[in-house]
Amino acid sequence: MTQPHSTGAQKAIEVKSVSKSFGAYQALKSVSFDIGSNEFFTMLGPSGCGKTTLLRMLAGFESPDSGSILLNGKEVVAIPPHRRRVNTVFQSYALFPHMTLEQNVAYGLENLGWEQARIKNRVGEMLERVHMGPMARRRPAQLSGGQRQRIALARALAPEPEVLLLDEPLSALDLKLRQAMRDELRTLQRDTGITFVFVTHDQEEALDMSDRIAVLGGGEVQQIGTPTEIYEEPVNRFVADFVGETNFLEVEVLETAGGEATIRTPFGLSITVPATGPTARGRATLSVRPEKINLGNQAQGLIFEGRIVNKNYMGGYTHYTLDVSGTELRASRRNASREGDTIPLGATVPVGFVAGSARVLAA
Amino acid sequence: MSISHDVKRYPGLRPLTAVFFLYLYAPLAVIVVYSFNANRVAGVWTGFSLKWYGSALDNAALVNALKTSLTVAAIATAVSTLIALSAALAIIRGKNLRFRKLSETIVNLPLLLPEIVLAVATLILFSLLDIQNGMLRLVVAHAAFCTPFAFLPIRARLQGMSLDLEEASADLYADRWTTFRRVTLPLIFPGVFSGAMLAFLISMDDFITSNLLATGGSTTLPVYIFSLIRAGTSPELNAIATLLILASLVLATVALLVAARGAREDAEP
Repeated sequence: MTQPHSTGAQKAIEVKSVSKSFGAYQALKSVSFDIGSNEFFTMLGPSGCGKTTLLRMLAGFESPDSGSILLNGKEVVAIPPHRRRVNTVFQSYALFPHMTLEQNVAYGLENLGWEQARIKNRVGEMLERVHMGPMARRRPAQLSGGQRQRIALARALAPEPEVLLLDEPLSALDLKLRQAMRDELRTLQRDTGITFVFVTHDQEEALDMSDRIAVLGGGEVQQIGTPTEIYEEPVNRFVADFVGETNFLEVEVLETAGGEATIRTPFGLSITVPATGPTARGRATLSVRPEKINLGNQAQGLIFEGRIVNKNYMGGYTHYTLDVSGTELRASRRNASREGDTIPLGATVPVGFVAGSARVLAA
Repeated sequence: MSISHDVKRYPGLRPLTAVFFLYLYAPLAVIVVYSFNANRVAGVWTGFSLKWYGSALDNAALVNALKTSLTVAAIATAVSTLIALSAALAIIRGKNLRFRKLSETIVNLPLLLPEIVLAVATLILFSLLDIQNGMLRLVVAHAAFCTPFAFLPIRARLQGMSLDLEEASADLYADRWTTFRRVTLPLIFPGVFSGAMLAFLISMDDFITSNLLATGGSTTLPVYIFSLIRAGTSPELNAIATLLILASLVLATVALLVAARGAREDAEP
């Protein structure tokens, strides 16, 4: 596991050995990590991995069975939600249906005791910022999903929280809108300088927006790192499998030295590749991403032969399934020109990948 | 194919519906019509008149009974709705509550018991405690048996309300009282209103308990009407009944409007 490190000098959040059980189910098993100030930090994992429980603990809706949570250096476990300078964008948006958009955005400011004039200014400013100014007097029921999303954001950002928590806020939106909102969220985070803690099960969202990602699985932090680190240097099978697509090959480790391992592949070739798992000889797993496998005249690095047993034309790229001496491999090729997708089904072609783009993980 | 059938295509729908509504409302129509009859004998129409309304409203005993009923119903409604609201909040929203199901059953139990049992039990209890004041007896007993009626709609509304909204309120720096006042209460208000309405109607309508507990100065309207009937039917009764129907219609309309407003706000998924 990589050491949790934050990019900012200051820590906005410190999670220390937090555990939580619901009945017999252990949702979090002694989880620890830091989140830096001004960071866009994502907790990524499948449902049931504990990411939402963690987020709810940061907001104050749940409390850990053991461990502590620090917000800007202050212990907050015993502090109720309404006294934490943290705001949440809920998955359901949770807009108050009986209030206008204006009243929704003003709600937090009123509770903080701001003066009326200041509230009015801030509400106007926030509504402008999310392009909802002309709709101020409407009610949530009259809005589309994307508009509700914007109001939920405006409402949560208006009180200038120290940390903004986002619980799968894009999951209810359609594809096009989701992409636009990703860019908008990223821009908002950069402009406001507020620490964003984003929860999602969508690896693409996580890779696209985050400064750093914590991959959670089975109530534990599997890996913390930048999007590139997570994608290119997964530390175990879980991370390699959950983030992006990959080929897993059963391999035999012949020798390890200085973060690299010399392995024998199932189709008989020996190569030296980066390793994060095994340090001893024996069985291990090799992970190679499909787009790192090159075909035909593009094959380079370690080259062998494979037969195309299936292909899926996706427009921008084509997925190939290859049979390499009885082992199945998936490769994807970008169709850079109209003639990109020319390898016929059944053809036997050179297949290759560069050793540095693969990774040996513990079996 | 859609599962819902087009009701309009059912054979004999129109005549059946007409017969049903006739069956349901014909007795009421008769009362309303004869409340305007000039003749003292029901069934013999001799002309339009409002005199029975006049004599009903001149009847001091009747007006007193109405006042008693309204007073008892108003206080019982306020008390039972407050109890029901607290119970619903505790049972639906309370964290780590033990005996949740048991508590709910106990609140609803009076609905399942025959009223005569409750009435006799209440009477015996009041005698044991030596509570003589008729008004007090009525208010206490009514508040008790109205509570489960007020509870049901409040509970339903609270269960239908997403917990997210209260969490969002707490997240936006509202303490628990502010959250209740500005988020929970406005959103469950249609339920509270229906509950209060039901409690009020149940209290106004009650005969068995009120009859057993009534003392000289505390006769409720149903008890008084019953005593009038024993002395022989009077056209005044038709006038009183018509006024009560009118009052019920007004109440029911207001209740429907409040419910419709609630439903509109719920349009948000």
